[in-house]
Amino acid sequence: MREATYDVVAIGGGPAGMAAALAAKEAGAERVLIIERDRELGGILQQCIHNGFGLTRFNEELTGPAYADRYIKMVGAAGVDAWLDCTVLAAEPGGAITCVGPSTGLTTVKAKAVVHSMGCRERTRGAIRIPGTRPAGVFTAGAAQRMVNMEGYLPGRDVVIVGSGDIGLIMARRLTLEGARVRAVFEIMPYSNGLTRNIVQCLQDFDIPLYLSHSVVAVHGHDRVTGVTVAEVDADLRVRPGTEFDMACDCVLLSIGLIPENELGKAIGIQSDRVTGGAVVDQYRQTSVPGFFAAGNVLHVHDLVDLVSEESAAAGQSAAQFARGLLPDSARQRPVSAGPGLRSVVPQRLSPAAPGRFSASFYFRASRPMGPSILTLRGDDGAVIWNRKLSKGVKPSEMIVAQIPYARFARAEALEFALAPDEAAEAELKSKREAKL
Amino acid sequence: MTTRTTHAIQCICCPTSCLGEADVEDGRVVETRGLTCEVGEAYAADEVVAPKRTVTTTVRVTGGKLHLLPVVSERPVPKEAVRDCVRLLRGVEVAAPIETGRVIVADALGLGVAFRASRDISAAPPQSAQV
Amino acid sequence: MEDLRSPGGVPPRADVVVIGGGVVGSAIARELSRYRLSVALIEREPDVATGTSKANSGILHAGFDAEPGTWKARLNVRGARLYSEIAEGLGIPRREIGSLVVACTLTEREELEKLIVRGRQNGVVGLELWDRERVLEHEPHVSRDIEGALWAPNAAVACPFLATVAFAENAARNGVRLVTECAVTGFDIDGGRLTAVRTSRGRIETRFAVNAAGLYSAAVARLAGDDSFKISPRVGEYVVFDRSITELARSVLFPTPTKVSKGILVSPTVHGNIFIGPNAVDVDQLDHTETTSSGLEEIISGARRMVPDLPLQSAITEFAGLRASAGHDFIIGESPAMKGLVHAAGIQSPGLTSAPAIAETIAECLREAGLELKPNPSFVPVNPRRPKFAEATRSEQAALVEADPLYGRVICRCETITEAEIVAAIRAPCGARTIDGVKRRVRPGCGRCQGGFCGPRVTDILARELNIPVTAVRKEGAESYLFFARERFGDVAGERLEDGERVHA
Repeated sequence: MREATYDVVAIGGGPAGMAAALAAKEAGAERVLIIERDRELGGILQQCIHNGFGLTRFNEELTGPAYADRYIKMVGAAGVDAWLDCTVLAAEPGGAITCVGPSTGLTTVKAKAVVHSMGCRERTRGAIRIPGTRPAGVFTAGAAQRMVNMEGYLPGRDVVIVGSGDIGLIMARRLTLEGARVRAVFEIMPYSNGLTRNIVQCLQDFDIPLYLSHSVVAVHGHDRVTGVTVAEVDADLRVRPGTEFDMACDCVLLSIGLIPENELGKAIGIQSDRVTGGAVVDQYRQTSVPGFFAAGNVLHVHDLVDLVSEESAAAGQSAAQFARGLLPDSARQRPVSAGPGLRSVVPQRLSPAAPGRFSASFYFRASRPMGPSILTLRGDDGAVIWNRKLSKGVKPSEMIVAQIPYARFARAEALEFALAPDEAAEAELKSKREAKL
Repeated sequence: MTTRTTHAIQCICCPTSCLGEADVEDGRVVETRGLTCEVGEAYAADEVVAPKRTVTTTVRVTGGKLHLLPVVSERPVPKEAVRDCVRLLRGVEVAAPIETGRVIVADALGLGVAFRASRDISAAPPQSAQV
Repeated sequence: MEDLRSPGGVPPRADVVVIGGGVVGSAIARELSRYRLSVALIEREPDVATGTSKANSGILHAGFDAEPGTWKARLNVRGARLYSEIAEGLGIPRREIGSLVVACTLTEREELEKLIVRGRQNGVVGLELWDRERVLEHEPHVSRDIEGALWAPNAAVACPFLATVAFAENAARNGVRLVTECAVTGFDIDGGRLTAVRTSRGRIETRFAVNAAGLYSAAVARLAGDDSFKISPRVGEYVVFDRSITELARSVLFPTPTKVSKGILVSPTVHGNIFIGPNAVDVDQLDHTETTSSGLEEIISGARRMVPDLPLQSAITEFAGLRASAGHDFIIGESPAMKGLVHAAGIQSPGLTSAPAIAETIAECLREAGLELKPNPSFVPVNPRRPKFAEATRSEQAALVEADPLYGRVICRCETITEAEIVAAIRAPCGARTIDGVKRRVRPGCGRCQGGFCGPRVTDILARELNIPVTAVRKEGAESYLFFARERFGDVAGERLEDGERVHA
């Protein structure tokens, strides 16, 4: 059994792991390693051949592989080691990582700090219990994307998509351009989860209908999918009896959610957040197990890779500081919570500020779409100690980021954020629209 | 007498996603309603009369570590040309090694737009053929 | 379009043809391979264990439930004992975790006492009646609203598909010829006696055949002019949960049984998941394996009666299985319409448990029908041990990878299954030829990602190992192709191309 020693190890070499490893190197960690189970670095970006990545990170609009390529080259130039085709089996507190690969064999890596950057997996049909048969032709959208974009095969020729998240929308366009017929996208909520840009460029451009408040209630077919039964749902997401109709198809793509691939963390008892599915972390992205950090989709599902890189750089920098004994002791932590109007906030804890750090970044998800809103921070007595107007409105599918100086909440023992509609701004926007009509 | 036609426009420039209308005369947008900023106006000016899209797809690779190379159009192409661009590229085969940015097709369909490689692909047999 | 069926086709003649590659047919084929006989095991689907054998509770019942004197009663108890002797050597995962039949009312408690009597009559040992406290001590998640339970220490959970594959593989190793994608189309009869079995892949001359065709056993019997029984398919739905909630049940939890079925269980699987189900609904079609929202609701509320805090959000998959019910008891014996044709039909619960005992009985039936059974001196009763990376110690794992680097490539992250194990499952006698065949044998696709990560990789491995294009890889059934080729050529005339034909590159 082989052994190796590193200062910082990132488990997962997608955008999160690469940004973390790079930042760790830049923050003074000497030996930095990325362990990646796929045959190359880049993670999910390699199959996201569409563009829209890098607008804030690089001031350019890049495709997924091109964004990955930038980081792959930076990581290589910085002297970060990368083990590919290598899977981590366990990562113990104290930093003993066991991994296995055809060329590395079974290896134990001693790490001073570990960054969890394993990304996420897709929610499956089983998790939402779509009744019916189990024929060939039911795929999660991401698995289908890999087959189409990296192997060159279509999952079907007559496709129905469940879920209007961006992966489903992107695949609607991709499959159409590759010669398949995409019949419809069914979304159970009364609003779409995806970017408006994708609704226009992936559905409207190709006349693919989007059915809101609809759910697939059965899959049919013996060896291969032959069709689905769809029905309308009410405000409680229950099927409205009598609205069922059948749609013929040979393929069902599921784009129904992503789940942080957090099993390595759960295995060592890292405290996890029931809403995000990822770890509970402080502003350094350190989890409840000292020396273990988390960033990217494994911590909470992101929608912009630019934010993944930002968050992961913070985690990598902190991991390097931890490895050098420079991260402040996290014994005294203040809780951060997502109050009314918000679904989640990361970080969920605040540790004492490190020297030289003057502000902390908070990442939020709204609980429902809203027009112009106000994000507020309240201290223990309920008084508002900080707020920001979000004049362009909010959607649950678009992460909100706020960087707040420590000075603003220095004296609060607990921090609660909330999001509420900004009535005044809403009225102003309405009159602006009407003035032109 | 010039004809004026009205088109719905869904702005995609920011999360507000204004839904408005644009009037077109002589192939130009002359008036909009329901849009609330200049970014949206600029978007509408193009999108309504001459919509363009960036095209991304894959081309086949020979002798490379991977089977497919993702490519991207240098600039957006007219929306009506998207499908033909993709069909054209489906017939293209490129030999590895390939570097990010290399021009794969210099002038697709005579539109004056090049398609470039989105990534590197090194020359080697595909991974699945051996350990 | 190349022939994807198992190579070799049917032999022109055989001493015995076993019809049906479920757990019963496979066990019978193995039993017959103890003797110097040429045996053909024919199966209509591309793999064994694709019918009832892949979609059931996987319980090896203690045997108190069946009515004394029936085949079910005798063969359940004998079968349970046989498994305890042969499972390990054959590589059939089995865990003797015991079972509890839970009574929620006093009337149900009285039923339990009847079950104890019945159990003793059937030869079941160790049965005890536990009071509420004892039950809750053993199973803290069971509802407090109970009156007691019947404890059967010898009940076990096993893997029904691995049992089938293990029997079939052992049969193949001992000379049985397995032919898949081979359906019976008719029988040749002369003077009331079987002379040949006709199949979709050719004619097999034989004087003896065993009808172990499960759901299709009545259809097969009719081909022989025998309509002495009818198969009434009854569907049962199941929900399987993530392996992280194992503490929900330690033993098999049954409700008090009714006349129709053993009821909706909450039970561990041998692999460490928890499952609930089945319900019991009569259906018309022999291939009606659909889950329904009403069925799923039924099993969820049934299971909650016993285990109220069932974590639905941890459900990972649902499936439905069909019982081949022929009524009161198994149908075992020579066909009244054709000499030489022996039935092992109508095998519903306790079918899995009874399978090796049914096999012994069928061998006896054949002997009585005139088949000479001379022992096969080179019969090997066990299958070679195949290492499981996930269950090995770290130093064992290191050694496995040193010897074969493919043990170092983890294909299924959820269950930690390596490429070497998948390749072995494909290359074994009676090996996997489909995605679900791989799933049944080594588990990729059974975990929480349900094949999302491993699916494309297993597809690639199957294509490589079977030397077929990716577009020819199937999920389960004969026509269950997974992927299609893209349109191959670019054409800039602006014409709409024909939808891509399936092109094998």
